[in-house]
Amino acid sequence: MNDAYGPVPRKEDARFIRGKGRFVDDIQLPGMLYGAVLRSPLAHARVVSVDVANALAHPKVEAVITGETLTERNLAWMPTLSRDVQAVLATDKVRYQGQEVAFVVAQDRYSARDALELISVEYEPLPPVVDAKRALDPGVPVVRDDLPGKADNHIFDWEAGDQAATDAAFAAADVVVTQDMLYPRSHPAPLETCGIIADLDDISGKLTLWCTSQAPHAHRTIYALVAGVPEHKIRVISPDIGGGFGNKVPVYPGYLCAIVGAMMTGRPVKWVEDRSENLMSTTFARDFHMHGEIAATREGKILGLRARVLADHGAFNATAQPTKYPAGFFHIFTGSYDLPAAHCQVKAVHTNKAPGGVAYSCSFRITEAVYLVERMVDLLARELDLDPAELRMRNLLRPEQFPYTAPTGWEYDSGNYPRALRLAMDMAGYEQLRAEQAEKRARGEYMGIGISFFTEGVGAGPRAHMDILGLGMADGADLRVYPTGKAVLAISVQTQGQGHETTFAQLVAGELGLSPDDVEVVHGDTDATPFGLGTYGSRSTPVSGAAAVMVARKVRDRARIVAAAMMEVSADDLDWVNGRWQVRGDPEQSAGIAQIAMAAHGSLELPDGVEGHLDAETVYNPPNLTFPFGAYICVTDVDPGTGVVKIRRFIAVDDCGVRINPMIVEGQVHGGLADGVGMALMQVIAFDENGNCLGGSFMDYLLPTAMECPSWELGETVTPSPHHPVGAKGVGESATVGSPPAVVNSVLDALAPFGVRHADMPLTPAGVWSAIQGRPLRTDLAVS
Amino acid sequence: MMEISVTVNGTTYRREIEPRLLLIHFLRDDLRLTGSHWGCDTSNCGACVVWLDEIPVKSCTVLAAMADGHRVRTVEGLELKGAGEAGGGRLDPVQEGFAQCHGLQCGFCTPGMMMTARWLLDHDPDPSPEQIREAISGQICRCTGYENIVRAIQWASKHADGSDGSEAAQ
Repeated sequence: MNDAYGPVPRKEDARFIRGKGRFVDDIQLPGMLYGAVLRSPLAHARVVSVDVANALAHPKVEAVITGETLTERNLAWMPTLSRDVQAVLATDKVRYQGQEVAFVVAQDRYSARDALELISVEYEPLPPVVDAKRALDPGVPVVRDDLPGKADNHIFDWEAGDQAATDAAFAAADVVVTQDMLYPRSHPAPLETCGIIADLDDISGKLTLWCTSQAPHAHRTIYALVAGVPEHKIRVISPDIGGGFGNKVPVYPGYLCAIVGAMMTGRPVKWVEDRSENLMSTTFARDFHMHGEIAATREGKILGLRARVLADHGAFNATAQPTKYPAGFFHIFTGSYDLPAAHCQVKAVHTNKAPGGVAYSCSFRITEAVYLVERMVDLLARELDLDPAELRMRNLLRPEQFPYTAPTGWEYDSGNYPRALRLAMDMAGYEQLRAEQAEKRARGEYMGIGISFFTEGVGAGPRAHMDILGLGMADGADLRVYPTGKAVLAISVQTQGQGHETTFAQLVAGELGLSPDDVEVVHGDTDATPFGLGTYGSRSTPVSGAAAVMVARKVRDRARIVAAAMMEVSADDLDWVNGRWQVRGDPEQSAGIAQIAMAAHGSLELPDGVEGHLDAETVYNPPNLTFPFGAYICVTDVDPGTGVVKIRRFIAVDDCGVRINPMIVEGQVHGGLADGVGMALMQVIAFDENGNCLGGSFMDYLLPTAMECPSWELGETVTPSPHHPVGAKGVGESATVGSPPAVVNSVLDALAPFGVRHADMPLTPAGVWSAIQGRPLRTDLAVS
Repeated sequence: MMEISVTVNGTTYRREIEPRLLLIHFLRDDLRLTGSHWGCDTSNCGACVVWLDEIPVKSCTVLAAMADGHRVRTVEGLELKGAGEAGGGRLDPVQEGFAQCHGLQCGFCTPGMMMTARWLLDHDPDPSPEQIREAISGQICRCTGYENIVRAIQWASKHADGSDGSEAAQ
């Protein structure tokens, strides 16, 4: 264990606890104007006319931008992260409720809003496509008639695995269980909504953007490609970010409108969306209609798994994932089990709903994959009348199988799955819980025990396989060591609460024998940091964290040469011992980084070919993803009269490899578990038959509070990643990925006496009650 | 336009405002006290919680005009400042507790949570975890799963004199 690692308090906290964080909306620039977006009230309509004359006449309005204005600048459409295009401001049609139609720039927030009311838009309503399951029916309106020759709502068909081998496995099976299930549309809903300040210096041509971006470097490149501003004249600053969870990965139309507003007015323009705009128009998550099939022997050996998925991508195909994988990493759906054959097919369609799909701490759709396999294993256990823990134990990958190649091609780096599940069961007192459950059932009380076991794949990714818009997913790191031995690390990833300023200082300190207090971490400013793809998919520690370690090791190697010159020995005779370069066999002769740094900046004569100073830079191209895993157990009590679910206990054993700051790791797990409770029981973005969004405020889109969350019980095992330089794996999304099926399995376990096999998330009181009555709800639509 | 006079964290401000101006925007945009945050519009998230006189309120649903002649306390007024000091004062135990117990991640909900926590501890110096959960149940945190917020407030309850741990939050 490294001395610098451990639960050290966060450097970030000092400003936040004083109310001195600096979020985008906290920034006021001289002469700054405010933008507001006019949005479509209709899900599908032709735009006949947009009349902005009255808005322009408002005394405090400085500019009004429409699709027509943008067309003149060739900016009415922008590329999405999936190589589709998305309307910045509607020119031909509106394709979802909340779509951007016009943008007002005014002298203050309230006037900008007032002026929206003065814009008249004439719409010709069209029938909307709301139900994804009917999006490909004959005669259904075509959402994307802007695409040449487009005559239906089909986006792609994609498959993975071996269909023939899977068919053979199913044919040989004693038992086959099938189930349809929906992972409903959800929204990451960070507490800070999305926003930007665009400031164009018309003398230098420099465009400075303060933006809620999880990926400032990628955004800069996108702006350069879209807006035609030379890339070196764009500076993206992500200041403090009030949560991201995937919501702040894409470039949104409002950002481009603010930039155009700044260009038109010559003044800085701030745009910050309100909560309804955030929930109704920015990237949603999930919306996977899944059909699962699992095949097994009568003894409970799983033989094969199939999945057929219908993915609702909304009006524009704007999912954010590595280019090669249109369904993200869903094909890791065999999960944690040793099963020989698997095959999945994913079909994506357009509907009249907001674009998105890959967001919300999902590790590129591993949430959906884990949910599918964990529900199917539970259903198989019920079919075989086996305890779900026992069935999992019989099928989990064994430690000696790692590195393990899954039937769909993933190479899992390391794991000890049975140990994690056993630990979770011991912490829960699993056998006693089952005994209690039996007693309660005899008394007519409904208690559930739900298990999930997940394998994550994080740290995208190897550049040969993974890119976003052609940008390889490698990350840079620069490390400067000043003459007095204090260090500044510049990284490409952007914290939104993960505590990078602390963890990354610990990583560097651990490599150089420094205190984390001696290392400052710079991030979130493209003029001050090296290129990289940003923070999402739990990639900061596996990719950028590895870069930080590698660059520190470069500095350490350089310090060795300098130390050798200082001590007049050969560099080969120096060993790195307790954070110092020490002469082999002579512990009295050694030098620490501070001494070496001063010498490296001084007049010490260095060997030929060695530059002075210790500064170094690197780019880290990960050889593989890392594969964290965990075992979760959720205990619920269900009131069959009201359908109310109470989570009594939640036990979470996580293995994310080496923990750099265990306090931060546990905090990340806590947050993800709350997300799981929310998705399983409360959160859904549903629509009515007219395409009206029914989750457009926190009155309707219910997020868990402290009352719905239990006191989490955490455990850990540590299986280092063999290819990460310090054995870490990443953990930011583990709990969000792993926890929903534990909650759902628990509720359905509680409902087993009613003969309820399955009910879709969210398991609201109405949903649970209806399931008990034998009429499960369709949770994505207001009408069933 | 109307003139109001509001005493915020001990300083009295006189300002011309629009009658419709929300207290959160008055604090943030006019007084530049940006520690209180706006998060939802509908009084659900509590990122905007400040005290109006002695009562925590959601300042996104209070008009600035309603604060005329009243006292407002925000996160910037939590720190216990010595006479004549401009900052560098002693942290409220609630602030220290949040840092000690990792009660915050992105920090966006934190000011509102801390204002509610201070009110709770003023009225009940030794609340149970259940009482703490109830007290913050009108507020949303998307990062912490609440566990460490509960622990942070318990920590503050046990360090009511402000002793211990101050070095961690420097």
